[in-house]
Amino acid sequence: MTDDAAATAEGHYTSTGLPNRKLLMWTFIGSECMLFGSLIMTYLVYRGRSITGPYPEELLNIPFITVTTFVLLMSSLMMVLALAAVQRNDMRQGKLWLLMTALLGTVFLGGQVYEFSHFLHEGLGLSTNLFGASFYLLTGTHGAHVFVGVLWLLSLFVLAVRGRLDARHAETVEITGLYWHFVDVVWIVLFTLIYLLVS
Amino acid sequence: MEHATNEHGHVEHASVRTYLGVAAALGIITAVEVMVFYIEALHPVLVPILLTLSAAKFVLVVGFFMHLKYDARLFRGLFVGPLAVAIAIILAMLALYGVFTGGGAPGA
Repeated sequence: MTDDAAATAEGHYTSTGLPNRKLLMWTFIGSECMLFGSLIMTYLVYRGRSITGPYPEELLNIPFITVTTFVLLMSSLMMVLALAAVQRNDMRQGKLWLLMTALLGTVFLGGQVYEFSHFLHEGLGLSTNLFGASFYLLTGTHGAHVFVGVLWLLSLFVLAVRGRLDARHAETVEITGLYWHFVDVVWIVLFTLIYLLVS
Repeated sequence: MEHATNEHGHVEHASVRTYLGVAAALGIITAVEVMVFYIEALHPVLVPILLTLSAAKFVLVVGFFMHLKYDARLFRGLFVGPLAVAIAIILAMLALYGVFTGGGAPGA
């Protein structure tokens, strides 16, 4: 069976021969590239132009953010393991990996909440300086995407627990995975641009 | 592109072993990135090194975890097209604001 035919086996046949929901998700991800591109551009243009502190080099905690980055990367591994399990119709494993993905996403969000509250305590608000405005807007938008992803994963987990998710719905899990991995990919870029290329 | 399918008719893009290998590579590259950040001698070439390592992680996730390496060309186009436009706009705006030359904003 070809890739395209297999992919459309559970869904609708389309003029492209590709599953329409997957096509929609890739189109959405393309639009998200433009959204995050504009936010990254704003951050980079404003970088080093704050005339009042606190400045990024005084605040950013590289060891801490490395751990949360690693957590998010591993959540992507959990996601592909969940998809592989659902495709095998091994729903016991599928449920486990879906829950683990959501859990690691929640840990990442917890780290972001801690980081934001620490920065606020140090005097960096949304309108304190250019760094504060562009940093909170960029990482906050990413965090909102992670939050939506966690809710999406938990809803799949609940469906699986109720026995309403199995191998026939593998495409649904794959589409959720596409969204989740994209969120991960965005963080890979942000980790380098915001935290490692700080000076 | 032909790929193996399981008994449920789903395309198996990559094996679990491949996924574990990619995850290990992602962890190692992240560790190298942080190591490079703390090595003073590498600071003159920090930007190209970190951007290369970050691009490697990006390609690994998109290619293997998002299955773009195995999937239809149309999906690749839908992702790479807007991504290229976004990168081009970022570079153009950075040039316009004098980020590469250390200058100020246009008209400033």
